[in-house]
Amino acid sequence: MARKILFQDAIREALDQEMARDPSVIVMGEDVVGGTGAPGEMDAWGGVLGVTKGLYGKYGNRIMDTPISESAFVGAAVGAATCGMRPVVELMFIDFMGVCFDQIYNQAAKFRYMFGGKAQTPVVVRTMIGAGFRAAAQHSQCLYPMFTHVPGLKVVVPSSPYDAKGLLIQAIRDNDPVIFCEHKALYAMEGEVPEESYTIPFGEANVVREGKDVTVVALGRMVGFATKVADDLAKGGISCEVIDPRTTSPFDEDTVLESVENTGRLVVVDEASPRCGMAADIAALVAQKGFSFLEAPIEMVTAPHTPVPFNGVLEDLYIPGPAKIEAAIRKVKGYKG
Amino acid sequence: MSVALSVEDLLEAYRTMRTIREFEDRLHVEFAKGGIPGFVHLYAGEEASATGVCMNLNDHDHIASNHRGHGHSIAKGVDVHGMMAEIFGKRTGTCRGKGGSMHIADFDRGMMGANGIVGGGPPLVCGAALAHKLRGTGGVAVAFFGDGASNQGTTFESMNLASVWKLPVVFVAENNGYAEATASKFSVACGDIATRAAAFGMPGVTVDGHDFFAVFEAMRIATERARRGDGPSLIECKLDRYYGHFEGDNQNYRGPDEVKNLRANKDCLQRFAKALTGDHGIAAESLAAIDRDVLALIEDAVAQALAAPNPEPADLLTDVYIKY
Repeated sequence: MARKILFQDAIREALDQEMARDPSVIVMGEDVVGGTGAPGEMDAWGGVLGVTKGLYGKYGNRIMDTPISESAFVGAAVGAATCGMRPVVELMFIDFMGVCFDQIYNQAAKFRYMFGGKAQTPVVVRTMIGAGFRAAAQHSQCLYPMFTHVPGLKVVVPSSPYDAKGLLIQAIRDNDPVIFCEHKALYAMEGEVPEESYTIPFGEANVVREGKDVTVVALGRMVGFATKVADDLAKGGISCEVIDPRTTSPFDEDTVLESVENTGRLVVVDEASPRCGMAADIAALVAQKGFSFLEAPIEMVTAPHTPVPFNGVLEDLYIPGPAKIEAAIRKVKGYKG
Repeated sequence: MSVALSVEDLLEAYRTMRTIREFEDRLHVEFAKGGIPGFVHLYAGEEASATGVCMNLNDHDHIASNHRGHGHSIAKGVDVHGMMAEIFGKRTGTCRGKGGSMHIADFDRGMMGANGIVGGGPPLVCGAALAHKLRGTGGVAVAFFGDGASNQGTTFESMNLASVWKLPVVFVAENNGYAEATASKFSVACGDIATRAAAFGMPGVTVDGHDFFAVFEAMRIATERARRGDGPSLIECKLDRYYGHFEGDNQNYRGPDEVKNLRANKDCLQRFAKALTGDHGIAAESLAAIDRDVLALIEDAVAQALAAPNPEPADLLTDVYIKY
């Protein structure tokens, strides 16, 4: 029986192993140490949810607290990356992209192409996504489609502790800028994670569960929901294939298309807003390249096109949960052309 | 001047300033002919700043530039032929024709890129400086920015971060009096941009940006401080541009004869040449020989750029991750 650890410990282990392996790996962000310049303890927080706690003791000044100046410190990470470092910079919540987006989409994303291949920008932006914490409209979004839209960025949305570790190590070793989106509701998820270092390649979807009736493509926290629904429906004779793309850019088109070729039916589940999001993107992909496979209209299960509400009743309604996923699966399965 | 520059140094500085002037004057002509695509922002008039700053740097030091970046690039040693070809959009250009005037970069020369985003460079420079600091290289990183970018939050954030982290950065504010068509007298709330340094716990100094020696000396002090590990500095160079914000700008926001008077009375190259042939006893013929060399260099660079091929269609999809 393999060792089981939490998602957030898998993230820390990936950082720890890469920092030990490569002295050019550095970590920076708001309170990633916590306590710098204060009268109390150093490493007071280790990140706002404790993900980086303990790294300061091992790596000293290679992990740095920053002022609350996202443009400056994300930009500094980008600049350091072009000068031979491999910075992992924490943007506490993806919602804060608004105060530093230029450094990501106009600077980091563009350098390699715009400079004719003469620059590398191996920076990782770790950032929290997702609703469910009653954190309201500015701390709960799933904005990874906005990064996916930008050429030159790679975007990762892990759904399990195993994937989180392997994908983060891959991200740190990758020579392009990577946006690494960690769903805050997954931090406490437990799963089997090997102790040794390993990588998971980008652009290779994980077929979480095989099935023959309906293809369900889900991302991040939605993968767990979709898998649970699929397990339940299997008892009633509906066989779902659950696919986790793991990275939205690059995106594994082949695995999705092959699955839909077998099942003829597609449900896409995404916690992000519906317009110009991953669900719409994947639906468009299958409509364009897999139209002849389809035996039913594609169903998209997403959040409504609203900001994330604070009130718990409303937020629970906002999140695409198992009931909505099940209804969508039943709808495409029951479709009679 | 507290450090004497050798005759060789002075002639090198003159060559750099003359190269920038000739490069920009020629681009002005070529642009008017219609041979250059896109947006071009010329540096003519400001040569003493880039040259005085970069004479204090070596290939391992870094600079980040802005949209008006040709002068910084030349002063940092970027190949003039490659730059010219890039500005013409050719495959032989510094960025293989995929960057253009606003995105010339050469990491082998520590040139982190001109930048189309006002205030885009200062955060990047903090990163370059951080890399130098963590590796103990003694290297320095310089952010060139204008009076326009001096009002950007990224610049303030970067000055604060550089100070907090004690980074080896020199912030060089080139105040040419105009952010596009809006006067810095209107848009900069304080009289001298250099006074903003105090707010970020670093020394700040305003120098006459037409005076190579003044820029060189201010930069020498700031660079030494940075290399010692004492942290960042801000230098404001007050100077003037001879052309518009971009080529095609009719400059109707400038005063009558403003540029004519600047060229006649404040020109940094004339001033420098006068100092060289006067105080420093350098023969006028030595400068004239450099002028001839530079003219031939620019002539050749233009000829080669014009003759160079465009990028191949396949180049559209290279140097970026593609899977769509």
